[in-house]
Amino acid sequence: MEIATKKLLLEFMVTTQAKRKRKNIFANLVLSILAILAVSPLVAILGFLISKGIGALSWEFLTSLPAPYGESGGGMGHSIVGTFILVLFASLLGIPVGFGAGIFLAESSKESRFASIVRLCAEMLAGVPSIVVGLFAYFVAVLPFGGFSAFAGGFALSVIMIPVIARTSEEILRLVPVHVREAGLALGLPRWQVVMRIVLRGSRKGLFTAVLLAVARASGETAPLLFTALNSRLWSFSATQPISSLPVQIYTYATSPSEEWHQQAWGGALLLVLLVLGMSLFARFLFSGKKYGT
Amino acid sequence: MEHNGSYSGHNGSYSSHNGHVSLVGHGDNFESQTILESKDLDAWFGSHHVVKSVSLHFFSRTVSAIIGPSGCGKSTFLRCLNRMHEEIPGARAKGVVNFQGKNIYDMFSEPANVRRHIGMVFQKPNPFPAMSIFENVIIGLKLAGVKKGYVLNDIAEACLKQVGLWDEVKDKLSAPGLSLSGGQQQRLCIARALAMAPEVILMDEPTSALDPISTARIEELLVELKKTVSIVIVTHNMQQAARISDTTAFLLSGDLVEFGRTGEIFTNPRKSETERYITGRFG
Amino acid sequence: MDRHVQVGIHELKNKIIEMGGLAEEAIALAVEGFLASSSQRAQDVKDIENRINRLHILVDELCVRLLATQQPMGSDLRFIVAVIKINADLERIGDQAVNVSGNAKRALAGRPLDLDTRNDFAAMCPATRDMVRSALDAFVRNDQRVAEKVLKMDDVVDGLKNAIFAKTIELMEQGTLGVKQGLDLILIARNLEKIGDHASNIAEDVIYATSGQDVRHPYSRTELKSP
Repeated sequence: MEIATKKLLLEFMVTTQAKRKRKNIFANLVLSILAILAVSPLVAILGFLISKGIGALSWEFLTSLPAPYGESGGGMGHSIVGTFILVLFASLLGIPVGFGAGIFLAESSKESRFASIVRLCAEMLAGVPSIVVGLFAYFVAVLPFGGFSAFAGGFALSVIMIPVIARTSEEILRLVPVHVREAGLALGLPRWQVVMRIVLRGSRKGLFTAVLLAVARASGETAPLLFTALNSRLWSFSATQPISSLPVQIYTYATSPSEEWHQQAWGGALLLVLLVLGMSLFARFLFSGKKYGT
Repeated sequence: MEHNGSYSGHNGSYSSHNGHVSLVGHGDNFESQTILESKDLDAWFGSHHVVKSVSLHFFSRTVSAIIGPSGCGKSTFLRCLNRMHEEIPGARAKGVVNFQGKNIYDMFSEPANVRRHIGMVFQKPNPFPAMSIFENVIIGLKLAGVKKGYVLNDIAEACLKQVGLWDEVKDKLSAPGLSLSGGQQQRLCIARALAMAPEVILMDEPTSALDPISTARIEELLVELKKTVSIVIVTHNMQQAARISDTTAFLLSGDLVEFGRTGEIFTNPRKSETERYITGRFG
Repeated sequence: MDRHVQVGIHELKNKIIEMGGLAEEAIALAVEGFLASSSQRAQDVKDIENRINRLHILVDELCVRLLATQQPMGSDLRFIVAVIKINADLERIGDQAVNVSGNAKRALAGRPLDLDTRNDFAAMCPATRDMVRSALDAFVRNDQRVAEKVLKMDDVVDGLKNAIFAKTIELMEQGTLGVKQGLDLILIARNLEKIGDHASNIAEDVIYATSGQDVRHPYSRTELKSP
């Protein structure tokens, strides 16, 4: 390079340096503000829920049935149990199917046509509005059996869970290095054994995370339960009877005229959020930094 | 599974059977028995022809080296020898590979079955994650249906002894396989392959990820192992091939250029391509 | 661009050529002095031998270093192994030249040689020098053909040696030649013949380096193979 050109370039660099520094600071500032805006709803929601709902939380709230209209006290014990039962049903249906699909997708070759169709369907299913899932479950699991039931609710939730589990577990299984599969195959083990006994074993934590995320997602859903599990004001442990759940109970109380029930709805909402957030955080903790193995 | 006690007493019992063991330790007549041979073997990745009509034979209880520059098809060829090649999407092979006289590409031949007899050790040590040292060694047998605990214990001990790892790990058999050092991991992988009692073990640059000391240990181990199992090793380290192998094959852009006794290949090769490669005058 | 092995091999080749030149010179001086019945050059031969010895050490060092650091293969390996042996042969040739010049000095002090012996030496001296020169030519040019010629010349030198031995012994038995002088003459012939043997060895090593063939000891070889 010519010396003159070099000098010119140097001067240019010196004059632009200050300018660039200012621009940089400005850009950083704007992005930081936007980032704060993005997370502020969560902080606001939590703060709001805690201030409004903490008062409602009590041992009685966690363990007893709702008090009759007009009376004070009572709780959401039956909804908490109901949510667990519904999620249990959903998991029994959704986890095997979701894992099956996830394993299939991860093990099929990238070029496989059928696999890409399945993958596309799973993505679309994940995008179906939950109220539509509820309607679908109403026609499939409520009408033919002549009534609302915990089973139908579990079915609806499982439809929500399946695509989540399928896609997440596929991603996790794809993280398994090729050489692990090859090592298994080289021992003369059939492919299914390599997948089920070696590959899955190495991904235990990741797969558990996938389930946890799906459960967290399902346990917060209201819409699919409105036409399936309905609601109940009583303890229910039956698969064939309507059953209460936290989201639906919150919905019911929140839309009621009673101030007492509004209070209970806040408490329920706080509980639900803590539950869901807790699961998500736990899942994150499990999977943090660990891609595969150990 | 045939585990008829051939494992117990491996360590040390050999020295008595042959008096002395030289580095490559064979008489003049090791070419007596062919255990594995390829005939007009071709292999492709998609439309890319990587192995071109290679016919080569490997002798029983020898270390056979395959050398050649990167991309010459030596690893692919090796993977064709126990049908691992076809596990890669878009890969295919054509031709005949006779193992103990039977074609492993025969339509009745099951790849998994082939690999029980012809094991493999890879470039990067790859113990199974989330498995202990012990489990890593016996998982293959366990999944193949060997249930008895004392059998598994015996085999694990014998195999770990055979690879010289037993004394290092006997007190921590339940530690994760991945907690070992690189060289130990590779020996663990060899023990894992040995546990299936294969007749042949294929090794794909097994020391290229290891330090010189670990490499030396593995090399000693291979020379020791060939008393019981035939070894085919792909290596880009010519000195390694020269040190440990009995026969050497030189591959160049998918073609077999030369095959012969290692001593001959490295002192007096017949083909000028081989000469140029081993003296480093390539490219 | 040359690789390290090539640089080293080039250096080795130059050193051996230098040594070879010195060895030839040593033989020439020793032999010419003998044939011309003058012993003035004995000290020169010693000086040359000294220089050969220094190169002898240097070449061995170079070879060991190349083997240790470059792990040569194929023709490079054969070349270095051949050089190690040629190096030793050249050193021996230097020693023998010194011996010849020493024996010549004493032999010349006695009575003049008879005609037959003189003629035999007149033929043997250049034949030996020729063998050494041709062996070195073969080395420089990697010429297997020339090397094979050297091996054939060895028979001629052997024949001349035998003739000198016979004649000298005969004269000694007749009493016309003193034992001391006779012994010196025999030693000269023997040393010249040894120089020829070393030249043959060099030729064999050249053949090995260029073609990988080991042409030594063809008779012993067939016996080795039979079991």
